[in-house]
Amino acid sequence: MARADQNSATRLAEWTFLWVLTVAVPAFGPEIIWGKNDLINLMAILISVGVGIGMIIANIRHIKRQDEMMQKVQLEAMGISLGVAVVGGIAYSMLDATTMIPMDAEISFLVMLIGISYLVALFTNLRRYKRKQIESFAG
Amino acid sequence: MRAERDWTHADLAKALDVSRQTVNAIETGKYDPSLPLAFKISDLFGMSIEEIFENDKDGRLDTSDYS
Repeated sequence: MARADQNSATRLAEWTFLWVLTVAVPAFGPEIIWGKNDLINLMAILISVGVGIGMIIANIRHIKRQDEMMQKVQLEAMGISLGVAVVGGIAYSMLDATTMIPMDAEISFLVMLIGISYLVALFTNLRRYKRKQIESFAG
Repeated sequence: MRAERDWTHADLAKALDVSRQTVNAIETGKYDPSLPLAFKISDLFGMSIEEIFENDKDGRLDTSDYS
């Protein structure tokens, strides 16, 4: 099981890395390489979406490979990050709409918020399930 | 029970097809296994679920005999 877990984690990391690359292409390609070309832009975005779907499928497979407790840990972490994203995203948007912040609300901040809240929730949950009395397992 | 059989956490985790963290969490009572996993544990030890797990006053499983 550990090897299978490692394989699915590696596959997920590969898909994620590939997806980040495909996001960078339509973001920087028009400025650096091909200039204004709607067809190439559209194709680059579609490729990014396609690879993103591959990443989502790899993530689903990775979670399905985990045992029931780890799935519960993941589910709780995802629930928390979803809640933080909705509440934080709406609040951030309202701050922008009411001109309480001096710049436009950027989606990248929301993505960072989701990532950070997910990681914090994941590690907090993992700590909760860690053994409390190491000496009791020596025998 | 696990120690009586000279099994490590890794041995038991492999036999149950779960992670070592999950075995640790069950032993310390921090995680209550699902019914299919509880049946797997009872099959592995050749005991009934009631002999392995006890329900405490808070409705949580007492797994102190399990380790």
